[in-house]
Amino acid sequence: MVEILLDATVRAGTPILFATLGAIINERAGIINLGIEGLMLIGALGGFAGTYLTGSLLTGVMAAFLCAFVAGAIHGFITVQLRGNQIVSGLALTMFGIGMTALFGKGMVGMTIEGFERIAIPGLSLLPVIGKPFFNQDWLIYFSFALVALIWLFFYRTRWGLAVRTLGENPAAADTCGVPVNLYRFLAVTIGSGIVGIGGAYLSLATTPMWIENMSAGRGWIAVALVIFASWSSPRALLGAYLFGGITAMQLRFQAMGTSVSAHILQMLPYFFTIVVLVVSTIRLQKGASQQPESLGLSYDREDRK
Amino acid sequence: MPDLLQIENIRKTFPGVVALDDVSFSVSPGEIHTLLGENGAGKSTLMNVLTGLYHPDRGSISIDGEEVHFASPRDSLARGIGMVHQHFMLVPAHSVFENILLALDNVPNFFNRKEYKQKIAALIDEFGLDLDLDSPVWKLSIGAQQWIELIKLLMRDCRLLILDEPTAVLTPQEADRLFTVLERLKKQGKSIIFISHKMREVMKISDRVTILKKGHSITTLQRGDYDENRLASLMIGNDKIPQWQKNLQMSDEIVLEIEKLSVRNDRGLSDLESFDLQLKKGEILGIAGVAGNGQKALAEVLTGLKNANSGKILAKGEDITNSDAKKSYIAGIAHIPEDRKSIGIAPDMSVDENLIMKSFKSGAFSRWIFQDKGAIRRNASEKIEQFAIKSGPDGTPVRYLSGGNIQKVIIARELSEAPAVLVALYPTRGLDIGSAEYVHKVIADGADEGMSTILIAEDLDELLKLSDRIAVMFRGQLVGYVDPRNTTREEIGLMMSGEKQGGAACN
Repeated sequence: MVEILLDATVRAGTPILFATLGAIINERAGIINLGIEGLMLIGALGGFAGTYLTGSLLTGVMAAFLCAFVAGAIHGFITVQLRGNQIVSGLALTMFGIGMTALFGKGMVGMTIEGFERIAIPGLSLLPVIGKPFFNQDWLIYFSFALVALIWLFFYRTRWGLAVRTLGENPAAADTCGVPVNLYRFLAVTIGSGIVGIGGAYLSLATTPMWIENMSAGRGWIAVALVIFASWSSPRALLGAYLFGGITAMQLRFQAMGTSVSAHILQMLPYFFTIVVLVVSTIRLQKGASQQPESLGLSYDREDRK
Repeated sequence: MPDLLQIENIRKTFPGVVALDDVSFSVSPGEIHTLLGENGAGKSTLMNVLTGLYHPDRGSISIDGEEVHFASPRDSLARGIGMVHQHFMLVPAHSVFENILLALDNVPNFFNRKEYKQKIAALIDEFGLDLDLDSPVWKLSIGAQQWIELIKLLMRDCRLLILDEPTAVLTPQEADRLFTVLERLKKQGKSIIFISHKMREVMKISDRVTILKKGHSITTLQRGDYDENRLASLMIGNDKIPQWQKNLQMSDEIVLEIEKLSVRNDRGLSDLESFDLQLKKGEILGIAGVAGNGQKALAEVLTGLKNANSGKILAKGEDITNSDAKKSYIAGIAHIPEDRKSIGIAPDMSVDENLIMKSFKSGAFSRWIFQDKGAIRRNASEKIEQFAIKSGPDGTPVRYLSGGNIQKVIIARELSEAPAVLVALYPTRGLDIGSAEYVHKVIADGADEGMSTILIAEDLDELLKLSDRIAVMFRGQLVGYVDPRNTTREEIGLMMSGEKQGGAACN
């Protein structure tokens, strides 16, 4: 029972995890990206189409990354090069993503592909309780574990990562240290967006191996809230994503068991918890516990006179 | 020997302002070259052009006789030009180590933490500084942050070092230590551009001085060709300086008393810790201290912007710390804030509107629920004449006024109701000498009429000239009072760094 619940938790949490990690990379560089929902859909369709056309799951995942990377480049160009409003641009990106995927996905509705299969890791998958949920999964989930560690190492153990974090805190400081501000910010937006796209691809390649219009169903928005919950740290993002995965898994289980509570109420739970999480994290934020990048949401103009 | 750096005919404009016009000067190897000029003369703008932050509209920069074009600070760093900016380029949330590491060149992307920590620690030891590499920068004093900026610069192998008003946040003793370091760098053949408006420092360390005035380079003088008076007259030119006289105010009536006041900031640290202060009627009480030792919290708690966590504020003997009387007291207090543009005025509103912000409730400027535009206009033209505000056409947003004129708008508004107490936080910061002297005159005149002033300033000369008494602050506590006619800069300096208790006997 616990194993099954944990397994469902990991599978439901993984797309949110990718999306949260991608959003963290954006925001660490100081750029708010509210286009996460749209990017997930773009990734989901791109991933499905890539796999459907070539028959290769790896190609699908790469296509998802690439499509979201290109869509993220729009946001990057507007917010970094043109110094446009990040909120407006991000919201536009979400609407763009919903609309474009509905349009181009029409022909894909109802098609099927062979989705990701589970691969048991020898030894580890035999561990009691955590063996099956964590080590008898598809390789995209294993990749997400690695990504959590890699992103942490990048931010805290490389000079690039230090530069990106400085961009989010005080871009002028980075600039006077010789960091190419606009280039690094643009790359953070596009690469982060690409990772969000992989989260979308998980939905269309693993969760349900097909394309359904608007299949991200608000997970992108949950990821936006989770970034705050995670205090912009990748290991905490893992925790947060699985928390939401767990709530989703639990409500599905309740429905399957046939409770008297309306299914609509149960389906509402993850979104309800998003609000709770935001309230709690914001209170913590005001108490100074947070790591919010100081220049988050502000564009940088070198010639701006203070 | 050819010049290391040659700047010729630089012009730089911002929307509506010519910041630099036809500026030329040069720096030879191994010299300390001072840029001297009033606030707003264009010193920092010129340095930002030199380091590639701003692109000049016209003119040329040459290094070793070869013309260069800097697209970004990256390019100027590659040519060995480094700068300590007046506004710190630090990340408060990052550790000392991280802040310094990013400034180093040739650090591999996958770097060895231990190796670099040792390197940086060695340099910090060399300067006899006590810095914890892992501590976040926001926990450090402003003085320590200034040293981190200097270390960032020194760890790079720069040929030309630019220091933009580095002594503003240092005690006189720390400043002397900095000058020793600069002399040593000079001996190693490095060139230094030193920016200051403190005459004492300029006289002490410069080999040559270039004077900037209103965006023009006036002249360059060799050491020996100038003295303080010559420099001052070149710097100010024939601008009119308001004259005022300081009369000693002797009164024993205490109008405001602070007892064991503690105020904590957003991060939970104490800005004021058991702070005591007494303000007498009609006196100008100067507050000396290195920036960041609680001055801002003191001004904020006295003007009602912040609440005290513990302790008492007594106005004429009545405890108003948390009583209803506080509101009327706060309403009667005049406040010249530190940050003119963000809390002193509403920048996009007109001079007329800004001038009535304190008294709009009084009824004098309204008819029923509507504004009385005529009365507002009459009030404004009265004040504009009285305080000689250059305000531009009617209805001009205040943001387009110069710093000095914005300050006059604030002063005109704050003093309009003959306040008993004025709290002035760095009232002359960023002003040219004429405007600064005007502020001094207003404060001195107010004292003659019985207004008590708490004057918080960073320039000791300003405090010594204007104050009846000087209270010294260190780490949110009162170190003691000194008599400005009977003390030395050194004594105050030692008290500012907490090394000496004050002579409390002073009235």
